[in-house]
Amino acid sequence: MADVTTGWGGGAAPYAVNSKKLGMWLFVISDALTFSALLVAYSYVRMSNPNWPMPFEMDPAIIGATIMTFCLLSSSVTMVMAVSAAHRGLRATAAKWILATMAGGLAFVVLHTREWLHLIHEGVTPFQNPWGVPLFGATFFTLTGLHMTHVICGVVYLSVIAFGFGRGKFQSIDVEVSGLYWHFVDLVWMFIFPLVYLMSNKMP
Amino acid sequence: MAEQAHTHEAHAHAAPTGFIRKYIFSLDHKIIGLQYYFLAVVAVIVGMFLSLLMRWHLVWPTAKIGWLETLFPAGAAGGVMTPELYLSLMTMHGTIMVFFVLTTAPQSGFGNYVLPIQIGAADMAFPVLNMLSFWITFLSFVVMIAAFFVTGGAPLSGWTAYPPLSALTETGPGQQSGQTLWILSLALFSAASLLGALNFITTTLDLRTKGLSLMRMPLTCWTWFITAILGLLAFAVLLAGGVLLIMDRVAGTSFFVPGGLVVSDKVINHSGGSPLLWQHLFWFFGHPEVYIAILPGMGVVSQVLSTFSRKPIFGYRAMVFAIIAIGALGFGVWGHHMFISGMSPYSAMAFSVLTMSIGVPSAIKTFNWIGTLWGGKIRFTSAMMFAIGFVSLFVTGGLSGIFLGQPPVDLFFHDTYFVVAHFHMIMGVASIFGMFAGTYYWFPKMFGRMMNEGLGKLHFWITFVGVYAIFTPMHYLGLFGHPRRYSEITGVNYLAKSGAGEIHLFMTIAALITVGAQLLFFFNLFWSLFKGKKAPVNPWESTTLEWTVPSPPPHDNFGGYEPVVNHGPYEYSVPGAPKDYVMQSDPAGVAATGH
Repeated sequence: MADVTTGWGGGAAPYAVNSKKLGMWLFVISDALTFSALLVAYSYVRMSNPNWPMPFEMDPAIIGATIMTFCLLSSSVTMVMAVSAAHRGLRATAAKWILATMAGGLAFVVLHTREWLHLIHEGVTPFQNPWGVPLFGATFFTLTGLHMTHVICGVVYLSVIAFGFGRGKFQSIDVEVSGLYWHFVDLVWMFIFPLVYLMSNKMP
Repeated sequence: MAEQAHTHEAHAHAAPTGFIRKYIFSLDHKIIGLQYYFLAVVAVIVGMFLSLLMRWHLVWPTAKIGWLETLFPAGAAGGVMTPELYLSLMTMHGTIMVFFVLTTAPQSGFGNYVLPIQIGAADMAFPVLNMLSFWITFLSFVVMIAAFFVTGGAPLSGWTAYPPLSALTETGPGQQSGQTLWILSLALFSAASLLGALNFITTTLDLRTKGLSLMRMPLTCWTWFITAILGLLAFAVLLAGGVLLIMDRVAGTSFFVPGGLVVSDKVINHSGGSPLLWQHLFWFFGHPEVYIAILPGMGVVSQVLSTFSRKPIFGYRAMVFAIIAIGALGFGVWGHHMFISGMSPYSAMAFSVLTMSIGVPSAIKTFNWIGTLWGGKIRFTSAMMFAIGFVSLFVTGGLSGIFLGQPPVDLFFHDTYFVVAHFHMIMGVASIFGMFAGTYYWFPKMFGRMMNEGLGKLHFWITFVGVYAIFTPMHYLGLFGHPRRYSEITGVNYLAKSGAGEIHLFMTIAALITVGAQLLFFFNLFWSLFKGKKAPVNPWESTTLEWTVPSPPPHDNFGGYEPVVNHGPYEYSVPGAPKDYVMQSDPAGVAATGH
């Protein structure tokens, strides 16, 4: 609290943080708590069910999830490029990088849907699965489903930003704020990937 | 006026002209604040009505009430309330009061109206989000009320919605669509609260005017700020719990349902889940929620006590740190709601020690309030009397909290009326006294008219004596081992024979009188809206920024002008000053600054 005794200048961005950016940070914090609660719930039920199944084969499940992770991580890189281009005022370039980011997100969604369909085909649903412990499917679909919802919302959000920024409607800060959200969604996946996939791979 | 010089970005919207944009889908924080306030007024009337029905039933369980059957055809066939209907009334009373009154009015209502003006801003940081939060809250209220009217009626599982009762549809009449709507409503409410919270935090940090450093903020702003942080973190976890609970109900998962459970002679098709998991998720939200309800009241009380004692608040800095400490400790004590749910004694001890430690900042606040009153030139306005009443209720309710925070004592008290008495005193009535103090204090600013002081004082005395008459005997019922949630004591021999019935009768009569006194308040509120004496700019000779603008303030609060703050928030009776108070925006040379 540097401003306790010194003069306070007022104005729109004390602590040099723009309001929109602060707002998004706060949203990210609260959303992180929602995901943490779900991951804690997952750990809790997993610990209390000693026969938790570990059905994921290297091929296709683990390899598939790795490719999905690669798509998301690459999209974070393109997002960084988009923000950097936006700050340099290169509107068209920034829009193209955002489109690349969206492509990464969409690839993730497509691969993920394919995996869901495959699992459902194998008989995995929120209330039962071939390996016992119904909660396996419940936690899997809840966690990945909520995350996929976030990715889909993110793609829609980015499309609005790309379109608007390309046409000169938004500021570069809007691109940066959307990037914050996107990186957060990627970060959540970096917890889900090891906890849900890697820890449930079939031991040889 | 909005086109005049604005250096604040993000909220330079012009004053709307049409009725709908001005009063319905308004972006103006003041209108939104009033919308929240009046939503809470509607909710409190519903909640109060439900409590009267319950109190009536406790004393006259066989009474036939014709219109009850019209209202609840399934739950009151022949006009007699079934135990299930009693439980659903209890659930809805608790839920409506906690969420739509105690969370809505003090934080979203007063906070929205007053916070931007007190920090010298033209509006909140995100006006559109602000409007969105209100309308989501409104929708959430409609969904909650709809739970009464679906097949099976409102849910039975209390405002805490413990599974397996809440997770299975076959456990009772209200556990069908009623419970699903209940969860949906709370999910909406959580989303609205998250949006509101990030708006409050950003506004407080980013939009303070020149000279208003954090340590010059009125304590009201501090409490709204810290409450918003609590809301941001707590509601996120409730949302997660709600998602899982709704999955259990509609997607057939078993997060909260253990295996081998028999409901209505049938083994249910669930396995592997844990009801305790819900309790952890719920109370991680639920305990901070208690502070979400009470902290804004503490802010209002500090403001009112200082104003009408004509003294600076005693220990401003200690007050700020106490608010922060209460907020922070509030996240580490959720286990004290679960002492009897099966918990390792070591965890129970840790939760207990943390719970006790909240007594320290609470005591700091109480003593500072008393220190503020000490030697003051006290002006006994209605707002002041409710503020003093708050301190009294806070001490009473706080002391019974010390009992309940100790595992061995809680083991006995947990499911008795003692707990009911405790949380009604401190979370219910004390918070509501904070709201009354705030209403009497800010009404002139909000509507440009004064409330009737005589009616206000009458309202205070009946309410103050009334709530003690209702809730003091309740402690004794709890000490005697009277269980909570029983719809009647007929047939419970040790209660029926021991005079518990007479105590219930006394409490019901006290409740009827106290609720009657609230009619005085509602009359005063609506009568003064139209007929009250015109209010000057600063009727209470207060120091904070909202008392520098007209009553009611114009659309952008300061008419394009940005106030400059040169003083702390509570400079009353300053030696050498021309008046007995120095406003925050007075020139720096008026008198020595500092707290």
